[in-house]
Amino acid sequence: MYDAPKSLETTLDQKTAKITARDVQVHYGDNHAIKDVNVNIEANTVTAFIGPSGCGKSTFLRCINRMNDTIDICRVQGKILLDGEDINDKRVDPVQLRAKVGMVFQKPNPFPKSIYDNIAYGPRIHGLAKNKADLDEIVEKSLRRGAIWEEVKDRLHASGTGLSGGQQQRLCIARAIATEPEVLLMDEPCSALDPIATAQVEELIDELRQQYSVVIVTHSMQQAARVSQRTAFFHLGNLVEFGDTVKIFTNPEDSRTESYITGRIG
Amino acid sequence: MTDASFTPPGRVPPPRHGSLITLDARTKKRNAAEKRFRMYGIAAIATGLIFLMVLLTAIISNGKGAFQQTFITTQVFLDPAKLDKNGNRDIDDIKKVSTFGYTPLLQNAIFAEVTDRGIETPLSKASEMKALTSASAAAQVRDVVIENPDMIGDTVEFRILASSRVDGYLKGRVSRESVIRDKSIDAEHLDLTDALVDAGVIEKRFNLSFITGADASESRAEQAGMGVSILGSLFMMMVVLVLSLPIGVAASIYLEEFAKQNRWTDLIEVNISNLAAVPSIVFGILGLAVFIQFAHLPQSAPLVGGLVLTLMTLPTIIISTRASLKAVPPSIRDAALGIGASKMQSVVHHVLPLAAPGILTGTIIGLAQALGETAPLLLIGMVGYIASNYPDGIASGFLDPNSAMPAQIYEWAKRADPAYYERAWGGIIILLVVLLSMNLIAIILRRRFERRW
Repeated sequence: MYDAPKSLETTLDQKTAKITARDVQVHYGDNHAIKDVNVNIEANTVTAFIGPSGCGKSTFLRCINRMNDTIDICRVQGKILLDGEDINDKRVDPVQLRAKVGMVFQKPNPFPKSIYDNIAYGPRIHGLAKNKADLDEIVEKSLRRGAIWEEVKDRLHASGTGLSGGQQQRLCIARAIATEPEVLLMDEPCSALDPIATAQVEELIDELRQQYSVVIVTHSMQQAARVSQRTAFFHLGNLVEFGDTVKIFTNPEDSRTESYITGRIG
Repeated sequence: MTDASFTPPGRVPPPRHGSLITLDARTKKRNAAEKRFRMYGIAAIATGLIFLMVLLTAIISNGKGAFQQTFITTQVFLDPAKLDKNGNRDIDDIKKVSTFGYTPLLQNAIFAEVTDRGIETPLSKASEMKALTSASAAAQVRDVVIENPDMIGDTVEFRILASSRVDGYLKGRVSRESVIRDKSIDAEHLDLTDALVDAGVIEKRFNLSFITGADASESRAEQAGMGVSILGSLFMMMVVLVLSLPIGVAASIYLEEFAKQNRWTDLIEVNISNLAAVPSIVFGILGLAVFIQFAHLPQSAPLVGGLVLTLMTLPTIIISTRASLKAVPPSIRDAALGIGASKMQSVVHHVLPLAAPGILTGTIIGLAQALGETAPLLLIGMVGYIASNYPDGIASGFLDPNSAMPAQIYEWAKRADPAYYERAWGGIIILLVVLLSMNLIAIILRRRFERRW
C-alpha cells in the first residue's frame, strides 16, 4: 500500500482549494487506471501534472470536467468537489460543469469554421451575449486574452483551420476562455508546437493564472518547472507526490519522483 | 577489435553490397515481380474498359432508334358529312364520331398523296393505305378536331405516326423477306413507302413522345413512351427520399453517437448489415404481404413501390451515414463538449455538417440503386401493361397504378413485337442518363460541402 507523503496531508488540510479530489478511482473496463488520488487545486494557481506515459494524468484531468462520461467503459469513483459541490452528483449536468471548467486539448482542434465562429460558439450556446455587439466584444476580448488578436484581427472570417499549429492552439485557448470558465484544464497543450509557439503559450498560461486556476498536463518537466506553482507526479495510476513545484524539482520526497525528474525512469 | 577486421587508415574497405550500377539477382527478381503486377493491373483495367465500351456501344446502337420515329405528313380533308352529320358543330355530336369515322379520311388523304404524285403502285384502294399508318393516328386527328371543331370542312396538314412496320422498314428492322408471312403489311407497301420517302411524305424525325409519352398496347409499339413510368419512378423516389433519409440519418446518429456499445447495439448492427444483403425480391414479397394484403394500400401504386424500396435503401443509407459519422475526427466532438455543448449540439452543429457530404453521397447512391430495382416491383404489381396516362395530381401520382422505368423496360423487352425490343434499349438509355445525372449531383454536392479539418 502506498503511503502519502506528509506534505500531501498538510496540503489537503487547506480550505482554499478550488477543486478537491478525494479517493478518486478510475476503471477502464478491467483496467484500474487511477488509484486513490487525493489532490487540491487552488484558485489562481497553475498546477502541473507530470509523469510517464500511461500514468493516468490525462485520465485524471478528464475526470475534472467529466469528459470521461463520453467513454462507455470508463467508471469514475470517489469525490471531486468544485467549490464544495460534488461534480459527480446525479443532479449535476455535465454541460453546466463544462461551462465552468474549460478544456484545451493536446492536438489543436479548431472547428472547421471561421475564427470568429470558433470563439463565438461557446458564448452563443451559453447565451452569454445579448446582441451582435456584445458578441463582437467577447470575441475580441477572448482573442486578446488568447494573445492572438493582433495576428487574426484582419481575418476574423477566415477559416480557423488555416492558421498555423501554434496559432490554432492559442485560438483553442481563446475559445475555451470565451465562455468565462473558472478552471482551465490543459492536456499537453504544447506537445504539437514548436519552441517559439510553446513559449507564447506558456507566457499566456502565466497570464491566465490571474483569473483562472489552470491545470496543465505536460510531458516536459522544464515546462512544468517554468509555468506551474504546484506539481503533482503520477506514476502507474498513483499520485506519488504533490507539492510546490520548487520543492518537487529540487527536493523530492519520494525516490520515484526523483528518478523521474532526473530522467532515470519514464 | 581484431587484426582481421582492421583496415589501415587511408584505405577504403571494399563495399560489402557490391556495385550500385549493376542490379543484383534479388533486385532484378523483385523488379520483375513489380512490373508483372503493374501489367496485371493494366490488363484488368483494360478488360473493364473493353466491357464498358462493348456495353455502351450495344446500348447506344440498339437504343438510338427509339429516339427517332417515322411520321407521315399529309393533308387531311375533314369531311363534314362524316364528322358532323347534323351540320350544327355541336361538340357532343362531334364526340360521338369514334376513331372508326376518322380512319377512312386518313386513308383517303394518303391515297390522294400517292395518286397526286403519280406514284405507281399495285395498291388501288384507299383502304389499303391502312398498313402505313399507326392505329393511333385516327385518335390523334380526332383529338385535334374535338379541340378545334371549326376545322371541320377544311383541309388540314397533319403529321401522323407511321405504323411500326413502316418505321421498322426505315430503320432496317423490317425487310421484304420478313414481311412475307406478315398479315399486317405486304412487300407492295414497302415499295410504296420507298416512293413516299422520296417524295418527302414519310420521314424520320426526333421522337419526343418516346421520352414524354405513356405506354401503349402490344400492337402500337410506335406510340409507346417512357414518360409516365419516369413519373412513376419520380414519385417512388420522393417516397424513398422522404422516408429513408430522415429515418436512416436518425438511426445512424443514435447508433453512432448516443447508443452505448453493448450486445443489443451489436445485434442491431449485424442485422442492418444483413438487411443490406437481403435479395430485393424478398423485400418485394414483404411489401406485398404487409402493405397490400395487410394494410390494403392500392396495388401497383408508386406509394407502395416507394415503401418497399425504402426498406431496401435504409440499410445502405444507415451504413454510409455511420461510416461518414465515424470519419469525423473525435477531436471535433471533444472540442464541442469541452466548451460545454450538449451531446445534441455537438452532433448537430459540428459533426453532421462535416458528415453531410458522405451522407448525401450515400443517400444518392441508395436512391440510384432503388431507381434501378425491378424485382420487388414484380411482386407489388408495378410490372405489366399498366395503361395509365399522366396522373391528374399529386395524390393520384402516388396512389394510381403506375410503372417504373426499369419495370417498363422489362415489360417492353418481354413483348413479341421487335419494335418493342428497340424501345427497351432506348428506355435503358433514359434510365442510364437519369442515373448518371444523379451520380453527377452526388459528386457536385460532395465537392460543394467538402471541408478540410
